Amino acid sequence: MANFFQQVVSGLASGGIYGALALALVLIHRATGVINFAQGEMATFSTYILWTLTQNHGWPYWPALAFTLAVSFAGGFGVHQVVVRPVERGSVLRVVIVTIGLLLLLNGAMTWIWSGEVRSVHSPFPTRTIDVGGVAISIQDLGTIGVSIGVVILLGLFFRFTKVGLALRAAATNPAEARLVGVRVPLMLGVGWGLATMLGAIAGALTAPTVFLDPNMMQAVLIYAFAAAVLGGIDSPVGAVVGGLLLGVALNLLGTYIDFVGADLRLPAALAVILAVLLFRPAGLFGQRVVRRV
Amino acid sequence: MTALLELEGVEARYGQVRALRGITLEVGEGEIVAVLGANGAGKTTTLRAVSGTVRRSGAIRLAGRALGGGPEAVAKAGIAHVPEGRGTFAELTVTENLRLGAYTRRGKIDTDVERMAAWFPWLTERGDQQAGTLSGGEQQMLALARALMSRPKLLMLDEPSLGLAPLVVREIFRIVRELNEQEGLAVLVVEQDARIALAVAERAYVLEVGEVAVAGTSADLRENESVRRSYLGY
Repeated sequence: MANFFQQVVSGLASGGIYGALALALVLIHRATGVINFAQGEMATFSTYILWTLTQNHGWPYWPALAFTLAVSFAGGFGVHQVVVRPVERGSVLRVVIVTIGLLLLLNGAMTWIWSGEVRSVHSPFPTRTIDVGGVAISIQDLGTIGVSIGVVILLGLFFRFTKVGLALRAAATNPAEARLVGVRVPLMLGVGWGLATMLGAIAGALTAPTVFLDPNMMQAVLIYAFAAAVLGGIDSPVGAVVGGLLLGVALNLLGTYIDFVGADLRLPAALAVILAVLLFRPAGLFGQRVVRRV
Repeated sequence: MTALLELEGVEARYGQVRALRGITLEVGEGEIVAVLGANGAGKTTTLRAVSGTVRRSGAIRLAGRALGGGPEAVAKAGIAHVPEGRGTFAELTVTENLRLGAYTRRGKIDTDVERMAAWFPWLTERGDQQAGTLSGGEQQMLALARALMSRPKLLMLDEPSLGLAPLVVREIFRIVRELNEQEGLAVLVVEQDARIALAVAERAYVLEVGEVAVAGTSADLRENESVRRSYLGY
């Protein structure tokens, strides 16, 4: 039983990461109407910045993280303004192809700048475990869960209660109308990309200590994030996070208790989730059909 | 009367099609002006030219100053445009729609929300409802309230009667008229229903294929033979 709970907690920890990256996908899907295939690579790039600051320039962890988040926001904003905005008006396919191009470009750039060698990134949380009712739980897992849930709550408050958050939602759901009330839509969509990239950076920073940092680090995580976003409903921020946590726990339990799944079949299991959701409940768990009376 | 909004030789086109062929019109301070005309005459395009949602040339001035730029700039300059077909954010709540209406303004908006609740009492209790689930008439009123939240110098209404029950239409025009009388709100309204538009407006312009065909006071236009036959139907 203790093992079960340990597996659930560590599932929640990886699920929190999937959720954070899934939320980034949802933000961009709502803003631009596409899946950003470069989301994983962008997150890895951010993580490299964090690594460079802490390892090569001797920055303490938290200032380095804050700086990384700021750079990531600016980077996401810039990517939207420079490469996405010119093709945004055309077909969705054009934007998708641009994000795939971006994926390849960033992946190549990372190999070029930092070489393909694996690097290790420290965790801000201690690796000790604490004892909760006879179950040993790692502080790092708890920290990861706490960070991902905290980020989601902050983002929710931002969207609900601030003027910029409201303008972002207006720009994403009804750009023509938003312009008429004075919202600068392209700027807002850029802010959406910036926020998504920041979330990706957080996901990357949480992932790196448990694996190793290399240019392909987030590729598997991105697949899990796709599954989480589809499971929760591709337009639902809450769904992305709940989907991520559910997926994290489910995959961990599958891998632990069903022998033939083990560690190797986790990825196919995630793909099976995507397929099943698309077949049986395309809107996802929290997906809303838009209600509209005319 | 001093002119609030002036259009001089305004042209606009959609691709190859010239929708406006040199419109000249004027809305005075505190005046309600109607734009009438058949489908495709350029009524909606006239409003879109003012708000900058269509490519236009010619001179447009607000309170003597040239009005340029995109719709964001026009909104900031003090023109609230309620487009055709329920200008609301369907996925956002009633309160959020009102908050967005005040987007161009700084400072607190509580008193404005209260002011809107005085005009439209149902807004308060339905604050958390998704705008898309309101009835057509309620959505049109919400669109109006949202526009007023910006404390506009000029309100532009596009076909507020479209698809609404006569009773609701009368209610909307009653509110517009009272706002005009009590607060001096200037209004430029585009309307298919010439009867109700001439009842509420002081002056009107009749457009035909992108040009002003007839202009005058509402009383004169009601007497005008061709206007009567084409738009009033008697």
